[in-house]
Amino acid sequence: MTIWDLHCHPASFGGRTPEEAMAETIRLCDVMGIERVCVYLSTLAHADPTPAQFRQHNDYILRCVGHFAHRAFGFAYVNPNYAAESVEEINRCVRDGPMVGIKLWVARRCSDSVIDPIIQRAAALNAVIFQHTWSKTNGNLPGESTPEDMAALAARHPRTPIICGHTGGNWERGIRVIRPYANVYADLAGSDPTAGFTEMAVRELGVSRIIYGSDTGGRSFSSQLAKVHGARIPEGAKRAIFSENLKRLIKVKG
Amino acid sequence: MPVPVVDTNVYLSRWPFRRLPCDDTPGLVAKLKSAGVQRAIAGSFDALLHRDIEGINRRLAEECKAHGAGMLMPAGCLNPAIPDWKEDLRRCQETHAMRVIRLHPNYHGYTLEDSSALELLAEASKRKLLVQIACEMEDERTQHPMVRTAAVNPAPLFALPNGGGRVQLLNHRGPVKGKSVWIDIAMTEGVHGIQRQLQAAGDGRVVFGSYFPFFYLESALLKLTESGQTESGIARANALRMLEEPR
Ligand SMILES: [Zn+2]
Repeated sequence: MTIWDLHCHPASFGGRTPEEAMAETIRLCDVMGIERVCVYLSTLAHADPTPAQFRQHNDYILRCVGHFAHRAFGFAYVNPNYAAESVEEINRCVRDGPMVGIKLWVARRCSDSVIDPIIQRAAALNAVIFQHTWSKTNGNLPGESTPEDMAALAARHPRTPIICGHTGGNWERGIRVIRPYANVYADLAGSDPTAGFTEMAVRELGVSRIIYGSDTGGRSFSSQLAKVHGARIPEGAKRAIFSENLKRLIKVKG
Repeated sequence: MPVPVVDTNVYLSRWPFRRLPCDDTPGLVAKLKSAGVQRAIAGSFDALLHRDIEGINRRLAEECKAHGAGMLMPAGCLNPAIPDWKEDLRRCQETHAMRVIRLHPNYHGYTLEDSSALELLAEASKRKLLVQIACEMEDERTQHPMVRTAAVNPAPLFALPNGGGRVQLLNHRGPVKGKSVWIDIAMTEGVHGIQRQLQAAGDGRVVFGSYFPFFYLESALLKLTESGQTESGIARANALRMLEEPR
């Protein structure tokens, strides 16, 4: 079964350089049967990065994908608090560079329309849009989006595919919130491998709106792969979740 | 996939907040067998919120006998924060022939510094029982908003002269500092997480535990592959040593 991983942070795999970190990432991908990985962020620092900082993150990722173009896709880290500079950065990394997506994290909630120029630019370039979301029982960060924020964003951009990172973590809630928005995809990454997550997502969203990712190195590949390998769903659904849905978004031939 | 000899961390009965695939004993046993697991130590989800301790343990022992296909070892529950827990302990060993007890301090409202907990550890040690301490059952970020509880801090154990007896930590997220306890891999996370755990706890102290059926069984199984530990003590000898059985 072909596996593409939507969500990976190579810097936490060790190594002194992006190339060394990627070498270890790809070694473990080989061990775990993963063909390609999407990579973003160089560290988990800079929750609200300045333009200089997000450019630095993306320079790191450009080196990662430069040496492993056959195995890795880069997503550009951008920040809605610097919308104009973010659009420029999308031009640099996606239009003029090898990256295929953007990563939005916790700088500002995505329901806020200041993000719209970023979404529009990414959509125009067919870049994959990945927005982190959580709905934490013990409270979100101030700029951290919930699935409800995602729903507001999706309603403003109904024809743009957007990935709901972590499906809000509290997945029984997150799945319900994104269910009415056909342009929103559920990311399985970065939460505990609680049994039933994938089964409920398939039941409520259908197989074509769910994408496997790991969120390594904060997570292991194992705990996240288990959400699909271990789910009681048909083999065809596993193929869709493991690679076919992401391939459709990235618009390249596997 | 690799085949562990013993899964030290499974649960029977019902998780209070969700139905789980395989939360029936025959289904759980069938899944473990299909993965090649030969034996499993089983606690009861009832232990979290029920207060009739003997009722839980009696059902657990009977369920293991009736539907365990000879592969389930019951881990009795105890709560040192409620009266007369010593009688529950006695019955675990003398009535139900249990060799393992499993504690859930963060659902029962005590810490590992409390005198009742220390007394329980001493009594269990006298009886030569293995004590499993479930450090957490669910990520705090995803807990039911009305039933929230922080993870157990195991550090007080490491200060005890004998490490609290024969103790295994279940569902501990990070590497442990002490080398006197056994620890399972169910919640060990991150790239190279198992390797960090081995360095911290010592090669002989890390054992296979899946936290199935709350977690997908494949999570812990795949960790053996990811860490290159398919033939190591984690999958085989360490659990038998912990159970004081011949290897
Ligand atoms: Zn991440």
